[in-house]
Amino acid sequence: MQNDDATNPAMLWVLDGEALWGRRTGAADKACADCHQGMQGVAARYPALHSEKLVNLDQRINLCRTEQQKAPALQLESRELLALSAYIGRQSRGLPIDIAESEQAKPFLDSGRAAFNRRQGQLNLSCTQCHVGLAGNKLAGNPIPQAHPTGYPIYRLEWQGLGSLQRRLRNCMIGVRAEPYAYGSPEFVELEYYLMWRARGMKLETPAVRP
Amino acid sequence: MSGAKGDPARGRAIVANRQAGLCLLCHSGPFPEERFQGSIAPDLNGIGSRLSEGQIRLRIVDPGRFNPSTIMPAYFRTEGLARVAPSFKEKPILSAQQIEDVVAFLATLK
Repeated sequence: MQNDDATNPAMLWVLDGEALWGRRTGAADKACADCHQGMQGVAARYPALHSEKLVNLDQRINLCRTEQQKAPALQLESRELLALSAYIGRQSRGLPIDIAESEQAKPFLDSGRAAFNRRQGQLNLSCTQCHVGLAGNKLAGNPIPQAHPTGYPIYRLEWQGLGSLQRRLRNCMIGVRAEPYAYGSPEFVELEYYLMWRARGMKLETPAVRP
Repeated sequence: MSGAKGDPARGRAIVANRQAGLCLLCHSGPFPEERFQGSIAPDLNGIGSRLSEGQIRLRIVDPGRFNPSTIMPAYFRTEGLARVAPSFKEKPILSAQQIEDVVAFLATLK
């Protein structure tokens, strides 16, 4: 289902994204396509530093909107933003995740790693206890994956829609009865960054389909 | 723990309930009506012959006493936890009576 564009339901978002990509918007009356050519490889490099701040792809799209297009930022997790990031992400399908290491980014990586290893919630579990220590076992009948975010934004049958990695991370945090980080918060982007770094070299599958 | 004796029938319902006991997310056991049981933790079959009631109770209340790196949550702990969601703050996973019910039920699994 995932590899056949005719049956991958996330392609509906990719097509929306393609339309948005070419549409002029904002006070600058510019479309993404007016400045950018192909976006091959871009999604494989995010999250990344932008003026000393760590941003994920969705936040980077919004920076372009507010700074270049002079348009309001799109709401995180909105259909439009997911469509744009799916459209951009698909252009890196099959390319290895390529998160650069740098001295400047190291504190973010360390912070993301610490969050991955930190026990939290009423159930007092860390990500690593299940997704490293118990990957391949079954949690209530469902195989526990190794937490490699190779296919976001992703279509989950459980959601009946497309969602970001942060939405997926919220699911796990709610599962261990922890208070989830807010969408777009530094904690979430650092965790995303660590996970993408951890999956470096793996091929991007965006937009992937999961149960 | 609560002063009242545990009720095995109530305990069975708690163990099988995925919002209350959560046991079957990780454990499997003699629950033919429950599909999708976990494979992370030991099978609950025969736990009543392997452990005494006291041993079972202690493992539910605070399993970290035996194995600090265990993934099994402490069911009667409210302190030393991070970022607990507001609706669960200051609350143990199960009440003292619920734990007694679960202990009474698990002890019957010979």
